[in-house]
Amino acid sequence: MLKIEDINLKKGEKKILNNVSFEVADGEIFGVLGTNGAGKSSLAYLLMGSSGYVPDSGKITFNEIDITHKTIDERARLGITMAWQEPARFEGIPIMDFILLGSKEKGHTLAEGYMDSMRLTVSEYRTRQVDKTLSGGERKKIELASVMAMKPKLAILDEPDSGIDMLSQEAVIAMIREIKNYGGSVILVTHDEEVVKIADRAALMCSGITFKVGEPIEIIEYYKEHCKPCPTKHYVPSEAEGFQRRMGPSKESGK
Amino acid sequence: MIEMSKDYQMMLEAYQQAEGNPDVFSDSKIANLVVHKNQVLGKHLVPGLEVEPKETKDGVDLKIRVLPGIKIEYPVHLCFGVLPKEGIQLINIDVEVGENSKVSLLAHCIFPNAVKVRHLMEAKIRVKKNGSYEYNEVHFHGEDGGVEVVPKAKIYLEEGARITTNFQLIHGRVGRLDIDYEVEAGKDAVTEMLAKAYGYGKDIIKIRESCILKGDGARGIIKSRVAVKDEAKSEVYSEVKAYGKNSRGHVDCVEIVQDKAQARAVPIVDVFEHTAKVTHEAAIGSVDKGQLETLMARGLRQEEAIDIIIKGMLK
Repeated sequence: MLKIEDINLKKGEKKILNNVSFEVADGEIFGVLGTNGAGKSSLAYLLMGSSGYVPDSGKITFNEIDITHKTIDERARLGITMAWQEPARFEGIPIMDFILLGSKEKGHTLAEGYMDSMRLTVSEYRTRQVDKTLSGGERKKIELASVMAMKPKLAILDEPDSGIDMLSQEAVIAMIREIKNYGGSVILVTHDEEVVKIADRAALMCSGITFKVGEPIEIIEYYKEHCKPCPTKHYVPSEAEGFQRRMGPSKESGK
Repeated sequence: MIEMSKDYQMMLEAYQQAEGNPDVFSDSKIANLVVHKNQVLGKHLVPGLEVEPKETKDGVDLKIRVLPGIKIEYPVHLCFGVLPKEGIQLINIDVEVGENSKVSLLAHCIFPNAVKVRHLMEAKIRVKKNGSYEYNEVHFHGEDGGVEVVPKAKIYLEEGARITTNFQLIHGRVGRLDIDYEVEAGKDAVTEMLAKAYGYGKDIIKIRESCILKGDGARGIIKSRVAVKDEAKSEVYSEVKAYGKNSRGHVDCVEIVQDKAQARAVPIVDVFEHTAKVTHEAAIGSVDKGQLETLMARGLRQEEAIDIIIKGMLK
């Protein structure tokens, strides 16, 4: 479904992503685990086509179509969507309309169903808007509901659990599984080793490289042992150093 | 008389096109006034509300009184308009809302065919102790841009009084808009002012809203939402001056700029009493990237996403 080949991204002189390569299959939940600043969100933005995140080199293919230089909306119309770590605040857009923005089906009952599945009490939110009166967690749940309503072929979820109350965490997990159940894929970006357990496979990301891809449990163990807590922002595990030497040095790490 | 009936009918049709419900003009529970150019075409009052219109050379002088203790249940509907391509309409309004009274006005200002039309309003409004006055003004213009709208209001709020103004010019070309509202708020009085406008072509928008918090405990918020594109220009001056003890004020201005349009936001905040507090926030620039990309990630084209964001802001 999604193939990422040797992606490099620089911001100024700083290398953000360094020879990133992996594939995600149909119906697969693919975890991207790493500490803060590892480049996970940058990877997510780049995959969605966010402005300022055009790769310097490399190729992204989605269902055999080269999407490397396609815009966000072009990617979305191919079935890719994203939930941002920090959802945007709007004015004057009713929650019900926002949820169904990308849905082919319309109707309040449908929107209410998605609200309910994200544990948003319908009677409380039915008439409200996606504005600054909502908390970060509420906006996050609404954004995830809108992702679900789109029935994407590929959902990129950037820290979908952060800022969400414990009771609603189950709803987030259920949502991810729901996408998988109908054959969609999920790229699950997280720094939380518990969350990545629901993935089929996972990659460990550090200093802009995905140097380890495998079973989530294997990745988690490595992450716990080598990456968490990360002693410095620019810490690169020894195994990654070797990987980086093979791929070429990162100017940022200098190691 | 026959001509006036025709004009009245045409005004109601234009009112309907401006998303107004013409049924309100035949509902005996709802007070209304219909003015075309300088002609009063229709008037209906409810108990406790006095409206004395006087036709002048270029418009109408209006004296509006809400008697003390009267709470008008339904919004009073006003319909002002100039239907020909050219014309002038000067409305002088003198409003007094009595003690413990409450009224809400909904004014539709309709200039669908304007090529060279001037709509000028001079209002003097006094809201007496614990009275409440709400004034909503919605404009409906054509696509020619030949309208000049210049509403000016001086508003005095006595102790515990409240005013809410809501000005909207988001349908059709703005033309030239020059708003100048000033409120003087007494003890514990409350002011809420909101102005929204969408300029394009070579439209010019100038909004000045000022709230002087004279009395102790007075509160005021000035909010403006403006979007400009093409070669339109906007200037928003939002001013709060706090003199009263424990008075509170806030200015909130958002302007979205596209194409070659230009926007200026000038929040003016003065505090003359150490227990008072006034805050302001102003955002001016292109459409927020986070908002835009969120909508585009749902499959909306850039233009569709911008349209939703601007319409939401101006809603």
